[in-house]
Amino acid sequence: MTPVVLLPLPIILPFFTAVLAFLFRRGAEGKWISVIGSALTLVAGIFLLADVLTNGPQAAQMGNWPAPFGITLVADTLSAIMVVITGITALAVSIYAVSDVTRNMEELGYHALFQVLIAGVVGAFLTGDLFNLYVWFEVMLISSFGLLVLGGKRVQLDAGIKYVTLNLISTILFLSGIGLLYGTTGTLNLADLHYAVQDADPGLITVIATMFMVGFGVKAAVFPLFFWLPASYHTPSFAVSAVFAGLLTKVGVYALMRMFTLVFTQDVGFTHTLLLWVAVLTMVTGVLGAAAQTDFRRILSFHIVSQIGYMVLGLALLTPLAVMGAVFYLVHHIVVKANLFLVAGVANRIAGGTEIEHIGGLYKGAPFLAFLFLIPAFSLAGFPPLSGFWAKYVLVKASLDLELWLVAFAALAVGLMTIYSMTKIWGRAFWKPHPNGTVPTLASLPSGERMALLLPIIGLAIITIIVGLFPEPFVQVATLAANELLDPTPYLTAVLGERP
Amino acid sequence: MELFIPLMVGAMVAAAVYLMLARNVLRFLFGLILISNAANLVIFASGGLTPEAPPLVALGETLPPEGVANALPQALVLTAIVIGFGLFAFALVLVYRGYQNLGTLYSDEMRLAEPEEHK
Repeated sequence: MTPVVLLPLPIILPFFTAVLAFLFRRGAEGKWISVIGSALTLVAGIFLLADVLTNGPQAAQMGNWPAPFGITLVADTLSAIMVVITGITALAVSIYAVSDVTRNMEELGYHALFQVLIAGVVGAFLTGDLFNLYVWFEVMLISSFGLLVLGGKRVQLDAGIKYVTLNLISTILFLSGIGLLYGTTGTLNLADLHYAVQDADPGLITVIATMFMVGFGVKAAVFPLFFWLPASYHTPSFAVSAVFAGLLTKVGVYALMRMFTLVFTQDVGFTHTLLLWVAVLTMVTGVLGAAAQTDFRRILSFHIVSQIGYMVLGLALLTPLAVMGAVFYLVHHIVVKANLFLVAGVANRIAGGTEIEHIGGLYKGAPFLAFLFLIPAFSLAGFPPLSGFWAKYVLVKASLDLELWLVAFAALAVGLMTIYSMTKIWGRAFWKPHPNGTVPTLASLPSGERMALLLPIIGLAIITIIVGLFPEPFVQVATLAANELLDPTPYLTAVLGERP
Repeated sequence: MELFIPLMVGAMVAAAVYLMLARNVLRFLFGLILISNAANLVIFASGGLTPEAPPLVALGETLPPEGVANALPQALVLTAIVIGFGLFAFALVLVYRGYQNLGTLYSDEMRLAEPEEHK
């Protein structure tokens, strides 16, 4: 398939699925349409990754307007990896949703919103145009607003107001940044911007870079801009919070990685040092926040914040090893985090809540679920031989190579603190007997629903184990992605053609 | 013209930030509308503002005459206005529903999702 077909395909498929799912929202077909659509998106993503790995970065000019005038879709290794991982998450969550999402939410258009969200996420990963990136952010944002408040429980409205308002502020900063950048350089094509910022006044570009950093920083939930995340991620249905936890903040991280390797590299001493301290503070504050919580999902929400710090750390160090670590971490984290939220959903179903003081006995009644919780939980904390170990190992090694002892110490200490709050969940929700004396079991779920809930969890856990046991091919691909980020010549050539 | 726009943007941002610092969510939303229009003006101004000539390319030419304003940011602003409109319609309804169900417009009384510590 040519790039002009292959690149838009993972964006068009979810949109198409969304339309179909909306038409069939009153029937039982809606959820299956969503599952099939997600599977097709994943397949399209795999084809794209295979193509990028054999032929290098691919670009497609939409409407045949040559770059930098038209909108370009670009897939380098990082984008293609992200599309595949989005497909995996979408598939897992849409299978989970078969059982988790209520009839009422389906009729309100849950599946359509979910697929539009996926389209927005994939679009943000594939676009090579700054204003187009803004549009994809908005597509993603408006569907996430819908998903967050769908069902209309009071706690959701409360969370929704905070989520919506703070995200709108970040959007406006991003938009003003685009305006100023266009005014300064006269282009919006990311590849073209790479050259254009080199001729512009570096001081001015640094100011604009800071606006982008704050705008994307809110989306990525870095310190001190993360407050909307733990205020909202624990309120919607579990399928929704799993896909939010897996994908949404990571789009912010991706945007940071793209902009601060391809465009804003004129003053690394300022921007990336700032990012470094932001990263360290994000790791530490996130994990401290988690230690203070007693709700299953709120603990996990604060962990997201803390883990985002690791990814930003990799970007901030800007060595090949560190960026490779950030890419690896990004992929590992999406799988693990989505999985933990899915486990929380099952725990809620069989034990009747997510407040860990009020539930218990899961280890006794559902040892299989306990086992499935341990895999992503240990991976998140960085136990060998799971995927998180390699992700953390690479980042710590990268900071030691640069002799940033304090940073390496923080990264290791945060891993230890992650274990602390994971043992809190383990001790209270799994080991302690249930306060009302019952023993929650998986057998209490109807067998069809049990399948739909456990299948995605098992699948994601297997991915975690495979990445952990055989990291070599994944590290190779991540290295390739990192090299392309640090030396964007193939990306630039794919978009703009050969330049003298 | 070009001097006037930045001053106006500055004034709008100042007013918007003042409104957004309020505890009342509705005032916050009004601030958000103001600041997003300020952002739109920033984009609008980035293409250059001039009353000299319309950005039309004469027959047989490939470039417009010197000194015309760049028309692209104006197209971008249109997109941004439409998107912004959609988002505000949603946010307004959300705040209204929030007011109906939570019984308050004050952000520091909205503690359902983040309950205060029980001592």
